Amino acid sequence: MEYLIGIQGPDFVLVAADTIAANSIIQMKHDHDKMFKLSEKILMLCVGEAGDTVQFAEYIQKNVQLYKMRNGYELSPAAAANFTRKNLADYLRSRTPYHVNLLLAGYDEQAGPALYYMDYMSALAKAPFAAHGYGAFLTLSILDRYYKPDLTRDEAVELLKKCLEELKKRFILSLPSFNVRLIDKDGIKDLEKLPLAAA
Amino acid sequence: MTARYDRAITVFSPDGHLFQVEYAQEAVKKGSTAVGIRGKNIVVLGVEKKSVAKLQEERTVRKICALDEHVCMAFAGLTADARIVINRARVECQSHRLTVEDPVTVEYITRYIATLKQANAIGRSAKTVREFLEKNYTEEAIATDKEAMKLAIKALLEVVQSGGKNIELAIIGRNQPLKILESKEIETLVAEIEKEKEEEAEKKKQKKTT
Repeated sequence: MEYLIGIQGPDFVLVAADTIAANSIIQMKHDHDKMFKLSEKILMLCVGEAGDTVQFAEYIQKNVQLYKMRNGYELSPAAAANFTRKNLADYLRSRTPYHVNLLLAGYDEQAGPALYYMDYMSALAKAPFAAHGYGAFLTLSILDRYYKPDLTRDEAVELLKKCLEELKKRFILSLPSFNVRLIDKDGIKDLEKLPLAAA
Repeated sequence: MTARYDRAITVFSPDGHLFQVEYAQEAVKKGSTAVGIRGKNIVVLGVEKKSVAKLQEERTVRKICALDEHVCMAFAGLTADARIVINRARVECQSHRLTVEDPVTVEYITRYIATLKQANAIGRSAKTVREFLEKNYTEEAIATDKEAMKLAIKALLEVVQSGGKNIELAIIGRNQPLKILESKEIETLVAEIEKEKEEEAEKKKQKKTT
């Protein structure tokens, strides 16, 4: 039911997540934010088992902040992603595994933009674009067809809109609204919520 | 005599002394002075900077450190021991944010650190500095952020070998992050203080002659 998507450009990463929080067949919340700010230039999008998502995401968030306090500088996106993976992997074979699927997006001064895909088995992959949820089955092919590595911010937003159009058309469940954010050298910026409210 | 009663913190001497605590207090007295001033919209922490060996990287001997984005701490005493306390305090700051969804209050984290420590840390020449502040901490002395900073420097100058080179200063303004001042900025403030002192001396001389 939940959907996450990330698109990496030459100097930015665009991410979006649906904003529905459901319990069985009931929608509990229509404006739920599934993105967690790990640091000034790193966002983690987290879906999965209710409770596990927030517990795990906030735990990683506080540990990333602790690193900053201890060392005087922030973890890079690559380091944060690997730290998250190690944590998830350690818990996987304990009595209390976390069932969460993540996208980690960030901007590094030296290495540039980065998007990481991680699933509940703690598999980690760096990718130019990625998605989680049933919606991924429908939109990865759209991304395959239209993505190019040097796309502009506007082109990325258009590509994102194409993906959401496809979901509206072919996905049996309706996902009425999405939070959209952009990360670049200037930090994290909120973009307009999609789909756009009727004029 | 004391050799039998000073091995552990949990041992009292026959006349009721806890020697380990007193030794710790002595160690702290040997440390360089630290001073803290609360202004209207700013808090200033100043420490006497120990001169470092020529081959040592200066920035690795910071005596003011951030515990969280809105709280910082200056210490006097054994740096190695201070590191332990600072680390535990930093973890507690994040832990508090995790469980309570709110940053720590200064009071909370101070109480937490107090449960870790057993001695009150003030440092060498603390008495001199405290007497200076008791005399000079007035409403007008802390009227502006700059005045509060100058008061902290003046207090340290009482006991520190002359010059801004031996002072480290950090400030937190209302709704602002921690800022550690560069030695250039400290030099500027010290120069202003010296100038004011000269003007005061001039005025006094003039009064005498008239």
